[in-house]
Amino acid sequence: MRALRAFLHNPVAVAGAVLLGAVVLMALVAPLVFPGDPLGLAGRPLQWPGANPRFWLGTDPSGRDIAAQLFHGARISLLIGGTATVIAVVIGIVFGALAGFYGGVVDTVLMRVTEAFQTLPNFLLLLVLVAVFGSDLMTVVIAIGVVAWPPVARLTRAEFLTLRERDYVAAGRMQGLSDAHLIFREVLPNALPPVIVYASVVMAVAILLESALAFLQLSDPNVPSWGNLIGLGRTVLRSEWYVSAIPGVAILLAILGVSLVGQGLNDALNPRLASR
Amino acid sequence: MLRVESLSVSLPPTADRALALDGVTFDLSAGEILCVVGESGSGKSVTASAIMGLLAPGLAVVAGEISLGGVVLRGDAWRALRGRRIGMVFQEPMTALNPLMRVGTQIAEMWRVHTDLGRAEIAARSLRALEEVGLPDPQGALRAYPHQLSGGQRQRVMIAMALALEPEVLICDEPTTALDVTTQAQVLTLIRELQKRRGTAVLFITHDFGVVAEIADRVAVMQRGVIVEQGAAADVLETPQHPYTRALLAAVPALQAPPPRVLNDERVLEIEGLVKTYGARGMLRRRQPVRALDDVSLMLRAGSTLGVVGESGSGKSTLARCVAGMLRADAGLIRVAGEPMPKGRRAAARLVQMVFQDPYASLNPRRRVGEQVAQGPMALGTPRGQAMSEARALFELVGLDAEAVSRFPHEFSGGQRQRIGIARALAMKPRVLVADEPVSALDVSVQAQVLALLRDLQARLGLSILFITHDLRVAAQICDDVAVMQRGVVVEHGPVGTVFAAPKHPYTRSLLASVPGRAKVGA
Repeated sequence: MRALRAFLHNPVAVAGAVLLGAVVLMALVAPLVFPGDPLGLAGRPLQWPGANPRFWLGTDPSGRDIAAQLFHGARISLLIGGTATVIAVVIGIVFGALAGFYGGVVDTVLMRVTEAFQTLPNFLLLLVLVAVFGSDLMTVVIAIGVVAWPPVARLTRAEFLTLRERDYVAAGRMQGLSDAHLIFREVLPNALPPVIVYASVVMAVAILLESALAFLQLSDPNVPSWGNLIGLGRTVLRSEWYVSAIPGVAILLAILGVSLVGQGLNDALNPRLASR
Repeated sequence: MLRVESLSVSLPPTADRALALDGVTFDLSAGEILCVVGESGSGKSVTASAIMGLLAPGLAVVAGEISLGGVVLRGDAWRALRGRRIGMVFQEPMTALNPLMRVGTQIAEMWRVHTDLGRAEIAARSLRALEEVGLPDPQGALRAYPHQLSGGQRQRVMIAMALALEPEVLICDEPTTALDVTTQAQVLTLIRELQKRRGTAVLFITHDFGVVAEIADRVAVMQRGVIVEQGAAADVLETPQHPYTRALLAAVPALQAPPPRVLNDERVLEIEGLVKTYGARGMLRRRQPVRALDDVSLMLRAGSTLGVVGESGSGKSTLARCVAGMLRADAGLIRVAGEPMPKGRRAAARLVQMVFQDPYASLNPRRRVGEQVAQGPMALGTPRGQAMSEARALFELVGLDAEAVSRFPHEFSGGQRQRIGIARALAMKPRVLVADEPVSALDVSVQAQVLALLRDLQARLGLSILFITHDLRVAAQICDDVAVMQRGVVVEHGPVGTVFAAPKHPYTRSLLASVPGRAKVGA
């Protein structure tokens, strides 16, 4: 409760929450405002925003409504950001928790695996995964989750390394509690705050990674994602730049929102840092 | 010399009271040691930082003034005074020294910043300063890094730095609290000598009435930001006027043990030839392996308390951890109720439980305290309902409200948390209770209550307790038998009354002689 109050008293955090809320609202009302298929042909291609009152953000090179794609794209971006983040955080927490709690050989093995993932450039690994497993939306989301977990694992491990030495963990051990109970009920809840904060970074990265893939036309072409729209606009970038610029601004604002919320969470969950 | 007049300092609005200091008034004259004594939260450390002009953010002087030699201190006046006319010694000598700078450089900084003496002169003065505080090898100490010195030596360096510019006033904030008792005695003697030789006025902050009795000329007793009693040391210690002072003095445990109890001869815990060595692994380690336990053999009788006393590094905490099963010994045998300790966590849980030192680290901050007490029996198969009702009963047994089981740790004070820790250990119905410094993080009055609780529980439940402590006064009050440890070896053991009244080993004698205020307080 105290953390929530601190969050609401932080103007930066509230601004982030408003931006993120706007994206969520766009995603929610998309089927109401634009009931048809956002990828269906709507009119003459490459109409400038405002030129035709039916398409207030114009049309893309295939004659599809940009506003409709923008609203439906919000759903895709949130889906990608959310799911990939959950995947990355779950893998990261399991690796980090086991490595940090047990130490020794377990730690060495798990951390070498983590480093193997970390030394490969994220985007290159993502390209390889998509090239091998295809590029439908679920594959892309899982692939993003799989490349984004190592920092979560390192962070969780660092927290576990200090928390496992606390007296209450020793007391739990002496009470005869199982390792699973110690890890998930005694240590993990205390290790979570920095991981939650970092999850916002993962979410922003996930949205960006999908856009980058889509820009190279390697993402799922059958969904109206913001990245796909930017990719479509690439061919007409010099004349009809608005095709790429409009979804670009949307991505910018969504990621800004996610980052500000993350920063607000950090301040709220670490009261000692917030007072500086 | 130093004059503090009706000084009031405000706390941030979220604190438990409005004023950290409320109308504090005292004088400190040259050549005098004034002890400000009080429990945690009494405002004694805030007094020190207010005089230094170093109040923490959120605190502010709202009334009154501080003057030094007739000049009122405010605003920028302090920078010129700190170090030069007011010196300060902090509690923790490790964090007060920069770990990356040689000791000599840090001392020389005092003169480099405040004077325009030449290099050679500064070097000579640094050496003289270290000689004066009685460091064994002043030349070597100048070249050493702080971590290469012991706690007592670091505190001597701090004192040398504080006195470098010959300040008129020296403020010592709990300077000996982090030190062992024999080192504490040496540092107290040093402060007294230097103060006599130079005529420095010393403001000495402490929570320990024993230290007060050793060093004070005058005493000011603080409670919740107010000085409740002030006067000559002898008067305050012998004929205290204020009820709070009387209560504090009564809570100081006596060094003399009560008459021995009649005990049966059933041995509930036997330790035979226990050996534990640290730091021997690895070929590239330069550090000598440390023998934390060297052939330790002890025995605890059922329903009694065996105290293990010693200074830091004596191996007493290692012993506690081995008995509790948190550390595996290199050699030797631990038998509980005649059987060797089982390897399995669950089987061991019924035999030995532990009460920890730090009441803030020993409870999980994110879980309800009742759950933390009941989870042990539940892990061993007790149904949830029964475990929770047992937890409620235990809360009442240790003097807490049964309804408090659904609260979180931060809602309890340090003493209450220690009671919860005891309830958690008792929930397992252990044969042996290991208590590792269970009262040393507590204020003296709370300490007395927790000790009384342990004695009461022992009488009612027939508990057998292995009690680790560095405080000989506490040991005298709670233990039936006592073992004195030095560098991993038990140098003397026997009934506490006998050992304390007629110590045989020279180390035991020096420990007893170092207990502060043994002649005057709690005798």
